[in-house]
Amino acid sequence: MAKIITKTLSAGRTYYKQFNEEIRALVKEGVNHFIINDCNGQRYIGTAMEGDIKFDIHGVPGQDLAAFMRGPHIRIHNNAQDGVGNTMDAGRVIIEGLAGDVIGYAMRGGEIFIQGDVGYRVGIHMKAYLDHQPKIVIGGKAGDFLGEYMAGGIILLLGMFSDKPDSPIAGRSLGTGMHGGVIYVRGEIPEDQLGPGLHAQPVDSEDLKVIEELVKEYAKELKLDSTEIMNEGFVKVRPFSHRPYGNLYVAC
Amino acid sequence: MLFQPVNKNYHEFCIIRDKDLCINCKVCVRQCSYEAHYWDESRQKVMHDNTKCIGCHRCEALCPTAALNIVNKPSDFRTNSLWRPVFLQNIYKQADTGGVLLAGMGSPVDIPVYWDSMLLDASQVTNPSIDPLREPMELKTFLGAKPKRVKIVTGKDGKPELKTKLSPQIELDVPIMFAAMSFGAINFNLHRAMARAATETGTVYNTGEGGLHKSLYKYGKNTIVQVASGRFGVHLDYLKAGVGIEIKVGQGAKPGIGGHLPGEKINDQVSETRMIPIGSDAISPAPHHDIYSIEDLLQLIFALKEASEYKAPISVKIAAVHNVAAIASGIARAGADIVTIDGMRGGTGAAPAMIRDNVGIPIELALAQVDQRLRDEGIRNKVSIVAAGGIRCSADVVKAIALGADAVYIGTATLIAVGCTLCGRCYTGKCPWGIATNDPKLSKRQNPDIAAKKLANLIRAWGHEIEEMLGGMGLNSIESLRGNRDKLRGVGISDIELDILGIKHAGR
Repeated sequence: MAKIITKTLSAGRTYYKQFNEEIRALVKEGVNHFIINDCNGQRYIGTAMEGDIKFDIHGVPGQDLAAFMRGPHIRIHNNAQDGVGNTMDAGRVIIEGLAGDVIGYAMRGGEIFIQGDVGYRVGIHMKAYLDHQPKIVIGGKAGDFLGEYMAGGIILLLGMFSDKPDSPIAGRSLGTGMHGGVIYVRGEIPEDQLGPGLHAQPVDSEDLKVIEELVKEYAKELKLDSTEIMNEGFVKVRPFSHRPYGNLYVAC
Repeated sequence: MLFQPVNKNYHEFCIIRDKDLCINCKVCVRQCSYEAHYWDESRQKVMHDNTKCIGCHRCEALCPTAALNIVNKPSDFRTNSLWRPVFLQNIYKQADTGGVLLAGMGSPVDIPVYWDSMLLDASQVTNPSIDPLREPMELKTFLGAKPKRVKIVTGKDGKPELKTKLSPQIELDVPIMFAAMSFGAINFNLHRAMARAATETGTVYNTGEGGLHKSLYKYGKNTIVQVASGRFGVHLDYLKAGVGIEIKVGQGAKPGIGGHLPGEKINDQVSETRMIPIGSDAISPAPHHDIYSIEDLLQLIFALKEASEYKAPISVKIAAVHNVAAIASGIARAGADIVTIDGMRGGTGAAPAMIRDNVGIPIELALAQVDQRLRDEGIRNKVSIVAAGGIRCSADVVKAIALGADAVYIGTATLIAVGCTLCGRCYTGKCPWGIATNDPKLSKRQNPDIAAKKLANLIRAWGHEIEEMLGGMGLNSIESLRGNRDKLRGVGISDIELDILGIKHAGR
């Protein structure tokens, strides 16, 4: 275990460029635990950061948090904005509130755990490769196009801790064009919310094992009761082909 | 065979085999990846099936006795200037299959080529021409944002000192770069060849959207890495590997639609580099789903700047479309350092034919308009302009620079340099010249050493020619030609075309 060197920073009104430069400089000095207070939408925190670094963020960080990130653990003690974990490679982001649009775009590894709702286009084009298996767990409900073009990894949608009691658990066009990976949904998902050609299928014991393990991690990180989460059935949505557009063309 | 369906009858090519010269050596059988030639066991001789010929001329080039000739099929449909043969053939195919017409390489359609309607100037008597063989000639080009003004102070030692902080630049010895062609679309031998040729000639090559093979990281100083909507092979090391990062928004051959590398082309090396499973389709969505506005583009530009710690200039590549000038202005204002414009004749490994042949505008018009718009708005210095899509020779490069480009990308010309004959079947993965294929047997046909040499030769030859043309105009630096439209005159084009190009007619 590396020695933990903690640094407390106040983001305040510091411009993101300067703020991130400061963080990068401190990392070079050996700081590996940042407590960031009074965060006011500063963008790109943790972006392109590498290694065993921890962030505790109070306040609301800005867009593209943890983009291209490989390794760090970020805990946001509040809500997050758009673009969390864009093309992220490894590490973990825990959001103790809700999050905006385009979470985990094209992410290839690591985990994003969100306690509340998320916006549109979450998990688009997530992909897996060998031991890189990205995972997104959403405690609340999701907007349209969840897991569109998904090529790998796991999205688990719980629909439990939502501020939108009247909304369906996911928006329209869930999984459209997906050609890899799996989306698990707690409870039911109305068929007309799914993308063309997709169906909600029952989960088997293998799936349940995966879900249970993921839920355990999620509940531990967010101090929730995993038994309560597992206290309901799950369905899964899988691609109907890993080559959805294979027969579309003719040579000219 | 007495009856053949109509689409079999109207194939495009005929294989003419000279019976006296043919020695039945089967070279053509081995060379043809489309199986147009075959060994007929009962007749004990080499035969062929014209319907399978795609007109690549590989057999013709390798036949040891020169017994083969590939010709266009002499029999044609009845002459009809509306219903040209291509439309009939396409309808037959689509009626049979219900498929979307897929095409490879740049558009062959007959739209005006404005390069051919522009002529260059030369000096006579006054402002004498310069002989580049004896006098220094500067082709050096820097791509990146330039300051509006520079502040110079006198240092303690009495020498001038630059106070203005400069943005990062990509330094090129020649204003010609190898265009983005992904590893996967073309094979590893050619990626290696481009990397080496770029290093040798002091220019850069673009990785395209398929990631960067780990063995090519050492050529990073001559590499631009590309980030497209599929984000294949995009990670920290990749983003820090090159001297620049390009966000691919669009491509001239297929504006407004995404990319799609078929599973057949995803072998182990491609899979490893793109970081996706073997045999699975690699789908690049049409838009980046994190970019729905100029503000979103700004967000990605600065995410990449953060990732490179502000060391790499960021390019944004778009297709030349109707409102290209306004879009380019938005890109410049979003903080990009380079805007790359790809005209509608740009190449592709695969594009729906309807899109390729009907969407977009020619690069010449787009380039002139973008340069003018950025000048009018006083932000031309904020970005370099790179033109691409149908640059065929060094004169095209010179004309592009005179129209306002800082540098050009060459893609199709790059492939032609290593033997491409524009047969246009890149998407089948069976390229007989070993270019647009990852089949080990076929890609072996490209020797990276020879290919690298050919590419370096091409850059050097064009570089010499550019120097000659510059010298002829009495210029000793490419910088003096940039946006210098007075060096261009139009021939045989209308007033409106002259106006858009910002040039006078020849004789004026």
